[in-house]
Amino acid sequence: MSPLARRDEKVFVIDQSRCIGCKACVQACAECGTHRGHSMIHLEFADRGASTQTVPMVCMHCADPTCAEVCPADAIKQNEDGIVQSALKPRCIACASCVLACPFGVPKLMVEMNQMMKCDMCYDRTSLDLAPMCASVCPSQALWFGTREEFADARPGVLIDEFLFGRQSVRTKVLTVAREDGPLDVASGRTARAWQDDPFGLEESAWPGNAR
Amino acid sequence: MATLPLAEEELVARFGPHLNRQPPGGWNAGLDIDREVPTHCCFCGQQCGIVLKVKDERVVGFEPRYDFPFNEGKLCPKGVKRYLQGSHPDRLLAPLERDPADPAGFRQISWETALERTAAEIRRIQAAYGPNAFAMLSGVSLTNEKSYLVGKFARLALGTANLDYNGRLCMVSAGAANKKALGIDRASNPWSDIRLADVVFIAGANVAECAPITTSYVWQARDRGAKLIVADPRVTPLARTADVFLGLRPGTDSALMGAILNVLIARDWLDHAFIAAHTEDFEEAARAVADHTPQWAAGVCGVPAARIEQAAELWGTSRTGMLLHARGIEHHTKGVENVLSCINLGLATGKYGKPGCGVTTITGQGNGQGGREQGHKCDQLPGNRDITNPEHRAHVASVWGCDESEIPGKGLTAQEIVNAIHAGEIKGLLSICFNPAVSLPDTSFTAAALDKLEFYAVIEFFLSETAQHADVVLPGSLHEEDEGTSTTVEGRVVKINAAIKPPGEARLDWQILVDLAHRLGRGQYFPYGSTEEIFTELRRASHGGTADYGGITWQRVVDEQGVFWPCPSEGHPGTERLYEGGRFYTPSGRAKFHPVRWRPPAEEIDDAYPIWLTTGRVVSQYLSGTQTRRIGPLVEQYPEPLCEMHPQLAARLGVADGDLVRVRSRRGEITLPAAVVATIRPDTVFIPYHWPGRQAANQLTQRALDPISKIPEYKVSAVAIERLGPGRGTTDARDMSLEGTPA
Repeated sequence: MSPLARRDEKVFVIDQSRCIGCKACVQACAECGTHRGHSMIHLEFADRGASTQTVPMVCMHCADPTCAEVCPADAIKQNEDGIVQSALKPRCIACASCVLACPFGVPKLMVEMNQMMKCDMCYDRTSLDLAPMCASVCPSQALWFGTREEFADARPGVLIDEFLFGRQSVRTKVLTVAREDGPLDVASGRTARAWQDDPFGLEESAWPGNAR
Repeated sequence: MATLPLAEEELVARFGPHLNRQPPGGWNAGLDIDREVPTHCCFCGQQCGIVLKVKDERVVGFEPRYDFPFNEGKLCPKGVKRYLQGSHPDRLLAPLERDPADPAGFRQISWETALERTAAEIRRIQAAYGPNAFAMLSGVSLTNEKSYLVGKFARLALGTANLDYNGRLCMVSAGAANKKALGIDRASNPWSDIRLADVVFIAGANVAECAPITTSYVWQARDRGAKLIVADPRVTPLARTADVFLGLRPGTDSALMGAILNVLIARDWLDHAFIAAHTEDFEEAARAVADHTPQWAAGVCGVPAARIEQAAELWGTSRTGMLLHARGIEHHTKGVENVLSCINLGLATGKYGKPGCGVTTITGQGNGQGGREQGHKCDQLPGNRDITNPEHRAHVASVWGCDESEIPGKGLTAQEIVNAIHAGEIKGLLSICFNPAVSLPDTSFTAAALDKLEFYAVIEFFLSETAQHADVVLPGSLHEEDEGTSTTVEGRVVKINAAIKPPGEARLDWQILVDLAHRLGRGQYFPYGSTEEIFTELRRASHGGTADYGGITWQRVVDEQGVFWPCPSEGHPGTERLYEGGRFYTPSGRAKFHPVRWRPPAEEIDDAYPIWLTTGRVVSQYLSGTQTRRIGPLVEQYPEPLCEMHPQLAARLGVADGDLVRVRSRRGEITLPAAVVATIRPDTVFIPYHWPGRQAANQLTQRALDPISKIPEYKVSAVAIERLGPGRGTTDARDMSLEGTPA
């Protein structure tokens, strides 16, 4: 845990393994007062041909945001709570450098507005002690908002705030869940449970009902 | 005369579905609202709490309702966007009459004309052909109050036996099996019990898409260490994470459950004390599955025997467990048997009446639970009473203040009513909250039947595909325009609050029915001044029945965040968990095992139709889509039906992902894009059913019914498939194109 984190501070946790792909988060994000009509959440199938696994992505709110580092117009600001905000409208030149540079693929270039917009963790809600829209509605609670204590009481796993992208290490305000502590190497794959490689037993040795 | 007044395309151009994408005033109208109204979502039996935002007497948005204990703010995309059904350009605002000469196909008429003509046609048809020649079809998106009123209206105002409801396509197999085995038809447990289960067994339920909030309960159990078993022909989004996946062939559920019972017996994973003390007929059930070994079931179900044994061991050796089933096992000509085979597994292991123990259906429709108790089902009176039982009839007659002989007997079920219309035996129809043109199997048959009606009147808020056939359209009320109660998947009675009044000349559904009753000379039985008065009468009518609402008041429902029936008196706390102490609601007080041997479905694959078809739902659409096909962001999420098929089948057919294919059955055919996905059995394809006309999956399905529940066999058909040509993009490309922001 980051030494700076307060005990009662609410944290945003994303556990993509629980996502059911329903897009309640996408639809609810577009209802948020500060960017109504526009969803800031990314939700895609990992590989629909192979699996129903879907991948929701909110902004991870990096401690040292790559998007801000690469911004040639100094338009992307982080506030005192560590929230990385949408590009400042007067400064943004819509160059999409941030879109290309973000390791998590979060910023969106809104072409019709000539501005980069992104998830601000529903700052308008969290500042009023309301949960973000997406984590409020998420049916599987793949997106979760609460204190670390509440998480530890309810769910197994370790909360992780450090990610390795090749040689780049990124610390984030938004947390994810892993079985073990330590930085999460994004590039290393983890094998699924055995049946998921062969859900219908087609590769198993001859058995009477094999649909192959 | 109930043929379409104009071509379907012309009716669609005038009446929709059009897509409503933004709240009234647009996205930038701001959210300085006038009031917030706590109520419930209308799209599914979970009845999630939601807060609707109202500005200038229009619903303009939503807010999560964190205080409602079932969902604590959680919603699926249908709930998030439900508010867009209000202020919709397709909303019916005035009574209409069929007029082929009118450019719209319908001309606007006064309420007086509409109701007088409807009453006159009812009288004419019943005088000429007898009272039962006029039928009524209803639906369980209606509140308890409306469901009750429809039951009373059909029996006492229309005087017809032929009243049935769209729950006939939904929960009737579970309801019939529950009553046979357990003596009552309700979820065995509050959903909080799912959290306490050591094993969760989901059979034929795409929980992630059809009951999304239930996903969180399943995960809460698993966070405690529970194991998850899923039986489904598809690797649904929740199945993907299961500990044991049983990817069975459509139509083989009772073989799978029989084999699990066979293993429980062979390995002695039984609760002998529970069986002895609280059940009967175990031996008959055991004998029936003596030859249903896992090896045998592997051949029937197409599931490796080792996985069946693994599932049996998890179910049999876990101290607590919940088995959740839905339409996947219920939409069958053996739907009742399938449910009974699940109940047998619960009884054999003593998994009833204890925390974390139960076997229950996941009710599908908004008021699927409550709607099936209040007496708008052809064989039922309020309180889940039996319309053929003299004592039950006498009680209801005493509440209604009529002579018992005035209550008609048992009528035809929904599909049978449409069959009788097709056969010319039923000549007139009044419907509310039912879109059989999309939702019944064999759509060309249904359309031909509707064309034959001499008179058809419909109470609707949008001109559904069925309502296009109407002679008179009576504009009724949307969910957010009336108040009342509904009963959730858990058996919890909750309060629906009116956020706004019906727009234009549209009226509250109950007031339309009461007005019509007066015009039929039966007004004396409908003296209501408010919706709450209907509920007060419902409480009396249900009292003493199994579904006893006697002690439930609107005030209690609000104060207690819902009350679980049975609740016989105002001092009674309600009943969250049924069967505690092993007490069942059968005459003997014991639960009854039923012998279930697997038998084949009504239609099997052959050389001409060599592929199994199964149908179901997607998360962004609800039932026949009358509402959700009009909500832009939901339509964009899954705009058209796709035919899911395995890469091995696709290779055999020469089909690539995104190609257009023609799927044919003995009933009809459909052309649609293929989604080539390894998440479905190679011998089976899946098509979702929410669309009408040439996009209707039900062009392919058949009118074969369960002999007891009369539910159609939507889940098993035999089809042939051929490639037509390239389509408009692959599944992943479609997903990417939908990603992001509504325009």
